[in-house]
Amino acid sequence: VSGFQTPTLDWAALSPELVLLGGASIVLILALFVPNRARRPLAAIVSGLCFIGAGITAGILFSLDESGRSIVADALRRDRLAELAQILVAGSGLLAVLVSYKEPEGEDRVGEWYALLLSAAAGMAFFVAADNLITLFLGLEWFSISLYILCAISIERLPALEAGLKYLIVGSFSSAILLFGSAFVYGATGEIGFEEIARAAGEAERLFFVAGLAMILVGLAFKASAAPFHMWTPDVYQGAPTPVTAFMSGATKVAALVLTMRLLVVAFPGEEALWTIALAVIVCLSLAWGNLAALVQTDVKRLLAYSSISHAGFLLMPVAIGTELGGRALLYYLMSYAAMSVGAFAVVAARERELGRPVGFPELGGLGWERPFLGLAMAVFMFGFIGLPPAGLFLGKFYVFSAAVERGWTWLAIVGVVATVVSIYYYLGVVRAMYMQPGEMRLAPAGGSPPRDVALHTGVGLALLVTVGSFLAADPLIDIARDAVDLLAFPH
Amino acid sequence: VNTTVLILVPLAGALAIWLFPWRNSATASSFALLVALVELAYWVGTVLNFDFSRGGLHFETDVEWFSDLGVSYKVGLYDFSLWLVGLTALVTVAAVAYGYWAGRERPGVYLSLLLFLEGATIGVFTAQDLLLFYVFWEAMLIPLYVLIGVWGGPGRLGATIKFVVYTMAGSLLMLVAVIALGLRNGTFDMEQLGASANGWIFLGFAVAFAVKAPVWPFHGWLPDAYREAPPEVSAVLSGVISKAAAYGFIRIALPSFPDPVADWRVPVLVLASIGLVYGSLLAFRAPDVRGVIAYSSFAQMNLIVIGIFAVNDSGLNGALLQMVNHGLISAALFLVAGAVERRAATGQLALLGGMARGRPVLATVLVTTGVIALAVPGSSAFAAEFLVLNGIFDRGWGWAVVGAVAIVLAAMYMLRLISAILHEDVGSAVPEQALDLRPAEIGIIVPLVAVLLALSFWPAGITDRIFLAFGP
Repeated sequence: VSGFQTPTLDWAALSPELVLLGGASIVLILALFVPNRARRPLAAIVSGLCFIGAGITAGILFSLDESGRSIVADALRRDRLAELAQILVAGSGLLAVLVSYKEPEGEDRVGEWYALLLSAAAGMAFFVAADNLITLFLGLEWFSISLYILCAISIERLPALEAGLKYLIVGSFSSAILLFGSAFVYGATGEIGFEEIARAAGEAERLFFVAGLAMILVGLAFKASAAPFHMWTPDVYQGAPTPVTAFMSGATKVAALVLTMRLLVVAFPGEEALWTIALAVIVCLSLAWGNLAALVQTDVKRLLAYSSISHAGFLLMPVAIGTELGGRALLYYLMSYAAMSVGAFAVVAARERELGRPVGFPELGGLGWERPFLGLAMAVFMFGFIGLPPAGLFLGKFYVFSAAVERGWTWLAIVGVVATVVSIYYYLGVVRAMYMQPGEMRLAPAGGSPPRDVALHTGVGLALLVTVGSFLAADPLIDIARDAVDLLAFPH
Repeated sequence: VNTTVLILVPLAGALAIWLFPWRNSATASSFALLVALVELAYWVGTVLNFDFSRGGLHFETDVEWFSDLGVSYKVGLYDFSLWLVGLTALVTVAAVAYGYWAGRERPGVYLSLLLFLEGATIGVFTAQDLLLFYVFWEAMLIPLYVLIGVWGGPGRLGATIKFVVYTMAGSLLMLVAVIALGLRNGTFDMEQLGASANGWIFLGFAVAFAVKAPVWPFHGWLPDAYREAPPEVSAVLSGVISKAAAYGFIRIALPSFPDPVADWRVPVLVLASIGLVYGSLLAFRAPDVRGVIAYSSFAQMNLIVIGIFAVNDSGLNGALLQMVNHGLISAALFLVAGAVERRAATGQLALLGGMARGRPVLATVLVTTGVIALAVPGSSAFAAEFLVLNGIFDRGWGWAVVGAVAIVLAAMYMLRLISAILHEDVGSAVPEQALDLRPAEIGIIVPLVAVLLALSFWPAGITDRIFLAFGP
C-alpha cells in the first residue's frame, strides 16, 4: 500500500457535512436506547439542532471564505456558493423536521426517519461542494439513496412503496446516465476536476466530450425535475410522505440547480454555446409541460409537483442565460422558492393529518376559514408562485426576467410571462378551493380544532417569514447572492 | 406630511384587523371605518400643506430597495396624483361604511381587504419607481380577487377568473416592458427615465392600462365583474381602480414615450372612440341597473382615454377632472344600485319602476347623480367633457364629433335608467312599503354627491391645480 497517501483534511471546512452526518448517527443510536415515548421528541430535537448547527457552521464559513479554496485533495470546493446552498438545504431540513413532527407515517421508524433526513441533507451539502466528477456522483447517490428510502419508509402503504420504487428505478437510471457521461468526459479529457476539464477541453475528443456533457446534463435535469426528464416527479411527490415531499421539493432543487450552474460555468465554459441552447429548450419544455399538466390536476400534491416542474423551468432560465446577473437571480429565486415550496407542502400535510386522507380540491374546502393562519399562508404561497407581491418570488421572477432581457433574450422572458399567465388558473384554483367553495363546507372534525400542531405551525410561520421577508429586505439577500457567485467566471 | 403614511395607514389598518383578536365583528368594522376616516383626514391635511405654486414631486421619500437593478422605494405626490389619492380615500370611506352597514359576512376580513385595496391603489398613484408601481399595481389584484370571489353574486367564480386572467395577462406584458425600459435606462426611477422611442415597450404598458381601464376591445371581464361584485366593491372598482389605468397613461405612457404615443395616437383614438360609442349603446340596452352603470363606466373610461391621447392641456385637464368626477359618479351610482337591489331584491329594470313614489331621498340622489353623469351644462362632468372635446378637437374635428354623439347617448341611457327605476308603473319586484334610503345610506352616499356638486360649482378647484410643470 506504499504510495497511497491519505489527503490532509481540513475538518473545520467540512463542518456542515460533519454536523449533519454526526447528527444522523446520534439519532440512529439514540433510537436504539431511548424508550418509545421519548424517541420522537428527542430525535426531532437532535436533528433540528443539527440542521441549525449545519446552517450556522455554513454561515460562519461563508463569512470567512472570501476566496474559495479546494479541500480534500481537490475533491471538494469550499466557497460561498457551496456554503449558501448548504444554508438553504439546512433551512429546508429544519422546516422538514418541524413539519414531520406529528407525521403519522413511519411512526415506528422515527430514528430512521430523522437519520435519513439528516443524511440526505449531508449528501446534498457534499454534492453542492463537489469539485470533481467523482464527488459529484458520490454526493448525488448519497442524497438520492437516502431519499429513495424516505419515500418508501412506510412500506405498508402501496402508494409510498410505488413512489419509492419509481424514484429508485428512474433515479438510478438517471444516475447511470450521469456516470456514463462523466466517463465520456474523463475519457475525452483525461481529467475529473472541474477546472482541469475546462483547461483540457481544447484538446479533447469532441464527440465524446460533447456527448458526456449532454449525458451529465440529462442526469442533473432528472434531479431538478425539469421536462422532459420529469416523469417521476408527480408520482413520487404524490406518493411520498408529505414532509419528505416538502423537503425534496425545496432542498433537492437547491442542490441540483446550484451544482448545475457550478458545473457548467466552471467545467464547460467553452461549450457555452451548446448548453445555453440545450438549457433554453429544457426551460421552454418545463414551463410548457409543467403548467399545462398542472391545469388538469385534482390532487394538490400532484398539482404542486407540476408546479415544481414549471419552476424548474424558471430556475434553469438564469442558468441558461449564463451571466453573473443570472447567477444572482438564481440564488435569490432559490431562497424564496425553497421556503415557499416547503411551506405549501406543510399546509397540505396539516390538512392530510386533519382529515386522514389525501388532499384534493374538495378537501381544501373551507380551510381558509377554519384554519385562518394556514389558509392565509397557503394563499400567500400560491399568489407568490404566480409572482404576485408580497412574496420574494415576485422579485425573483422580476430578477430572472431582467437577466433574460439584459442578455438580449427578451423572447425567453416572454415565454416565462406566458407560462405565468397559464399558471394563474391552477394556483388560484387552490385559493378558490380554500375560500370560495360554494356552500358552507365543514370537513374538519366537528367540535373544535384538531390537536394543535405547534411544530408545523412554526414551520409554516418560518416559511412565511422568509417568503415575505425576502420581498421586503431584498437588498441584503442579494448582497449574499452576489458574494456567492462572485468567484464564478460566467461566460457572458 | 409623508407620502408613505398615506400608503401605510390603510395597509397597517388592514393588518391590524387581521391579526388583532377582536371581541366582536362590530368593533372590528368600526375600527376599519375609523382607519378609512383617518386616511381621509390625513389626505385633507396633505392638501392643506401642498404647495400648488410649485410643480414637480412633493413629499418624496427615496429608499434603496433592490439596488442590484437600480430599483428603489420611491414615492411622492404630483399635484394631479393628489386628487386621485383623495378620490381613493373618499370612495373607500363610503365603501367601508356601506359594507359595514350592509352587514357582510366576516366583516373584519371583508373590510380589511377593502383597506388593503386602498393602500395598494394609493401606492399606484404615488409610486415613482417603475417596479414599485408594478408591485402596487399587482397588489390591487389580490384583494379584488378575494372580495369578488368570496362575497360576490352567484356567478362570481367565473367573473373572478375572467377578471384575473385578463388583468394578469395585461400586466405581465407590462412587467416585460418595465424590465426592458428600466434596464435600458439603467434605473427604474420614473423621474430619471428618458424618452424612449421603442414602440414595443410602449405597447407593453399600453395594453396593461387598456385592459384595466378598460379600452375597447379589452373589456371582456368588465360586465361580469361589475355585476357579480358586492355594490361597494363595484363602486371602488369602477370609481377608483379603473382610474389607476388612466393614471398609468398619464404618468408613464405620455412622458416616457412621446414618439410612440404620437405614432399610436390614431389607433388608440379609434379604439377608444369605438369603446365610447359601443359602451354607450350597450348601456342603453342593458337589462339591469348594474349593467347600465357598468357599460356607462366603460364608455366614460374611453372618453377619458380620448382626452389623454389628445396630449394637450385642455384634453389632459378634462381627462383628469373627468376621472375624479366619474369616480364619484360611478361610486354613488353603484351604491344607489345596491340600495335599489336591497329593496327590490333584483336589479332587472323590467321588474323595477315607480320607486320615486314615497322615496323622495332615493329619487333625489339618483336624479342628481344621473343628471351630473349625463353632463348637463353646469355640472362638473359637463366642464370636464367640454375640456376633453375641446382638446381632441385640435387633433381633428372628427374625434370631437364622436365625443359629442356619445354625450347624447349618455343622456339617453341615464334618463332611461332614471325613469326605469323611479318612474313608469310600479314594478312587480318593488315592495309596497315605502322604504326610502335609511339615514346610514344617506350619510354614505350624499357626501359623494355633495362633492360632485361642489366640483360643479368650482371645477377650477381642480383644473387650476394640476399639471404644473408636468407634461409632455
